[in-house]
Amino acid sequence: MLEINCPWCGPRDQIEFSCGGEAHIVRPLEPENLSDDDWADYLFYRKNPEGRHHEQWCHTAGCRKWFNAIRNTVTYQFETVYRIGEDLPEKTSR
Amino acid sequence: MSRSLRVANGGSIRRTRLLSFSFNGTLYSGFEGDTLASALLANNVRTVHRSFKYHRPRGVVGSGAEEPNSIVQVGSGSKATPNLRATQIELYDGLTARSVSGWPSLRVDLYALNGLLGRLLPAGFYYKTFMRPRFLWSWYEHFIRKAAGLGQAPREADLDHYDKLNIHCDVLIVGGGPTGLMAARAAGRAGARVIMADEQAEMGGSLLSSTASIGGKKPGDWVETVVSELTRMPEVILLPRSTVTGYYDHNFLVINERRTDHLERPDPRLRRERIWRVRASQVVLATGAIERPLVFSNNDKPGVMLASAVSTYLVRYGVLPGRKIVFFTNNDSAYQTVLQLVDAGMEVVAVVDVRSDPQGDLIQQVRSAGVPIFEGHVVVDVRGGTSGLRMVLIARVNKTLDEILSHKGELRCDVLAVSGGWNPVVHLHAQSGGKPVFNEECASFLPGPSVQNERSAGAGNGTFGLADCLREGAEAGRRAAQDAGLTGDGSVDIPKVESHVEGSLHPIWVVPNGLAEGRGGKKFVDLQNDTTVADIRLAAREGYRSVEHLKRYTALGFGTDQGKLGNINGMAILADVLGQAPGKIGTTTFRPNYTPVTFGAIAGREIGSTFFDPTRKTAVHQWHVENGAEFEDVGQWKRPWYYPLPGETMNEAVRRECLATRESLGILDASTLGKIEIRGPDSAEFLNRIYTNSWLTLEIGRCRYGLMLGEDGMVMDDGVTSRIGEDHYLMTTTTGGAAHVLAWMERWLQTEWPHLRVYLTSVTDHWFVTSVAGPNSREILTKLCTDIDFSADAFPFMSVRAGTVAGIPARVYRISFSGELAYEINVSANYGRSLWQAIMTAGQSLNITPYGTEAMHVLRAEKGYIIVGQDTDGSVTPGDLGMDWIVSNGKDCIGKRSLSRQDTRRENRKQLVGLTTVDPTLVLPEGAQLLNEPAKEFPAPMVGHVTSSYFSPSLRHSIALALVKGGRSREGSMVYAQLIDGRVIPATIGQPKFFDPENQRQKV
Repeated sequence: MLEINCPWCGPRDQIEFSCGGEAHIVRPLEPENLSDDDWADYLFYRKNPEGRHHEQWCHTAGCRKWFNAIRNTVTYQFETVYRIGEDLPEKTSR
Repeated sequence: MSRSLRVANGGSIRRTRLLSFSFNGTLYSGFEGDTLASALLANNVRTVHRSFKYHRPRGVVGSGAEEPNSIVQVGSGSKATPNLRATQIELYDGLTARSVSGWPSLRVDLYALNGLLGRLLPAGFYYKTFMRPRFLWSWYEHFIRKAAGLGQAPREADLDHYDKLNIHCDVLIVGGGPTGLMAARAAGRAGARVIMADEQAEMGGSLLSSTASIGGKKPGDWVETVVSELTRMPEVILLPRSTVTGYYDHNFLVINERRTDHLERPDPRLRRERIWRVRASQVVLATGAIERPLVFSNNDKPGVMLASAVSTYLVRYGVLPGRKIVFFTNNDSAYQTVLQLVDAGMEVVAVVDVRSDPQGDLIQQVRSAGVPIFEGHVVVDVRGGTSGLRMVLIARVNKTLDEILSHKGELRCDVLAVSGGWNPVVHLHAQSGGKPVFNEECASFLPGPSVQNERSAGAGNGTFGLADCLREGAEAGRRAAQDAGLTGDGSVDIPKVESHVEGSLHPIWVVPNGLAEGRGGKKFVDLQNDTTVADIRLAAREGYRSVEHLKRYTALGFGTDQGKLGNINGMAILADVLGQAPGKIGTTTFRPNYTPVTFGAIAGREIGSTFFDPTRKTAVHQWHVENGAEFEDVGQWKRPWYYPLPGETMNEAVRRECLATRESLGILDASTLGKIEIRGPDSAEFLNRIYTNSWLTLEIGRCRYGLMLGEDGMVMDDGVTSRIGEDHYLMTTTTGGAAHVLAWMERWLQTEWPHLRVYLTSVTDHWFVTSVAGPNSREILTKLCTDIDFSADAFPFMSVRAGTVAGIPARVYRISFSGELAYEINVSANYGRSLWQAIMTAGQSLNITPYGTEAMHVLRAEKGYIIVGQDTDGSVTPGDLGMDWIVSNGKDCIGKRSLSRQDTRRENRKQLVGLTTVDPTLVLPEGAQLLNEPAKEFPAPMVGHVTSSYFSPSLRHSIALALVKGGRSREGSMVYAQLIDGRVIPATIGQPKFFDPENQRQKV
């Protein structure tokens, strides 16, 4: 069971969380103007990287806040967690 | 069989406490401190088990978790536990045990005929033989299972209690042997919060069967000194009888603690087992090593034991497993046991050593003690039966250990103690993600680089000398505490121990017997699964060249012992057949659990209808019970299904409830519908995005039905939402969808539209809701409530008013799920029952009839109102339901774009239709598949399925809703429900609306 550091509550067991899959997928502002392919790309296609992965998690059985995390899909180690609306850690570290 | 093998003195058993126990119905005696295995050996019980496939007699081989043979069932009734290792069962007075195999008895096992047919039972035999004809498999399986001996699970409910604990610690130490004790001492002194778990009844590990002095003390006294120091440290927890069974991600480990199984009459307040769920900052694996057996002809006979086990039984339990013992070894460690026997005044017949020139201090000592050593020799075969060995046959072997040079003759003996080297217990390291690496020196796998915050030390790390183990343990404990952030002084003095110069081990994976391959007695690799050398070689020849495939084809390592003895030998033999070095082909995956864990411990307290899954009841639940309701489970809710009068069938009750509602007045407990408060200035905009229809113009006091889609355009939930105030809405959801809808809306708000000022609160449990439906509902509401004007103009359909009903503050909604004039009354849940009773009293003269979910379903199906999740299944769009009208053209909403995708625009999608059966009395089964014509052959093309189906009491014929390909354009045509019992029921397609199609009744 993973230990996940909720940016609002601190480290808690995975059992309190749910994973929402890939993060930073922005809903298109004008879906009606998209082609079927572009809409399908937003709707269905997800990255499946071996290694670093930006994910959305929710502290479902805690504060119920959604947040972002970078997790390694091979080692399961979390590189960092950050709140919704905060800049990507890549940007802030530079 | 009556001859006792107990030596006159010695061992740490308490000889003043005599215990009696039974094994396979015979009474025996033992002492406090015995295990079942040591007590059986003391009573000269040689055969404890019949093997899995060939039903050969088997005796005790080991002395701990590695034991493959002495698998027994302990206790009876609800306390019975199958498949325990006799080597790990602590004896208590009155213990009853029996072997899990052997029919009709252990000594005479009729299945042993399989042994004679051995040449016909090669690897993969079951796969090859019992596959055809396929329908006979269940018949075969019955006999195979009976023959295989897997013990019996108790049939009674388990009366014991089990607990789970969650705990954090700085350093978790696995194993309480010399290495673990030193690690705990160092970490404890540094101030760390330490947990040390050991599977045995007391700490000490290998020291419990050691005679070497430590720091000038007897091993037992030294252990006691350390344990008492640890006990005095307030932050150190010592857990005996506790197996660390699994190592999971992020240093999460699980400990299975057994608290009462060793007690004769346990205090019933004690929990039988506890599961400790540990999040450790650092882990020290001091798991020790398991001696490796040697593989030679008939190496499975009772009397062939591990040398380390012989040592343990003598030193710890005061049992000499034989009067005349021969040793067979390829390394120095067995010589230590020889010396222990010699010191105890026992006869050692000889040592057979495969090495032609073994060098080492211990060998010199054995030689000077006068024990003959046959250098460069092997045991090629043994003779014996169910009551033990008679002799071993030895032969000279060449330097590469693969050819017999000359047969030497026989050595008379009753026990053969074997040692093929030591396998470090790397299970937990591997579970943590580490990759064990092959080490030439000990010819086994050692822990590889750490992946998580763990370190191995001692024999589990391939460090075998006691002095080195003590040093390594202390260092591991000190560093672990340091890495956990502790700054205290973790230094400990390393006690002085005698050390020897040891010669090197000479690996031998298969002992030759001078015969052609496959000739002579079977050479067993995995004793529990009867996997032989020939099986492994055959599997390799048949193409099973990966260890994982080999495992599944030959069952190597599949038993309750998980191959703790046999796996390394098996992998090396496969590597040899493939012409590879033994380490090259790797190991099979080490999975939790290390030893079996009972279901009781896994379940803990989360059992029964109370704790496995919570039950939700409405405020009026007790009234329903008192009035004879039958209940239906909807999610976690208990909902009244129907209210049968005495002697009434379900059909009769539902008919009566439906007709009463249509003709006069029905009352339904609708509290379970999900209710979500939506507040904030942007609430209307938010609803506009979530629902398909428009919400910007809804006036205060009005309600609207809404449909919610997933982003894929599929119907997700529906319900009525009302506008209570300026920035205040109340949404209702389906009973089962409430939690999901709330989470879904929260996600959109937090991640996509954080700028919208909207706040969501679940209020499902806060309100009691009852629906009063039927032509007389206005009359009764007028009676009970004087501060709301119920006239049709003042209180129109789809609106909400606040007022006082039966003296209780209430919100009254004029909405309908039955098609009748109906009101839903919402009051604070605590007033639920008094409201309900007031309505029941006031409605007596109007024949008020409580109705359950079944009548509710019939009434709504007559109207063609869908239930999301019953008439939809996640692949249904609003268009498929004929509800295009609810998708607003003028705005976007979640899922709208998907409705114009190529697939959702298709003409022949399954569409909601109504079905009426040709025979009006036949009710189609829900889920029935629909065909265009009765099937001539199977599979037949299916055009749809029935989603809802009832007998309509008002219409006096059966009605059904169905999803049919292109159904809306097929009105009037026939479909055929093909039932599993062969019947074919014809039905006519029509509109999904059967009763009052103009919706006149609800608008009066």
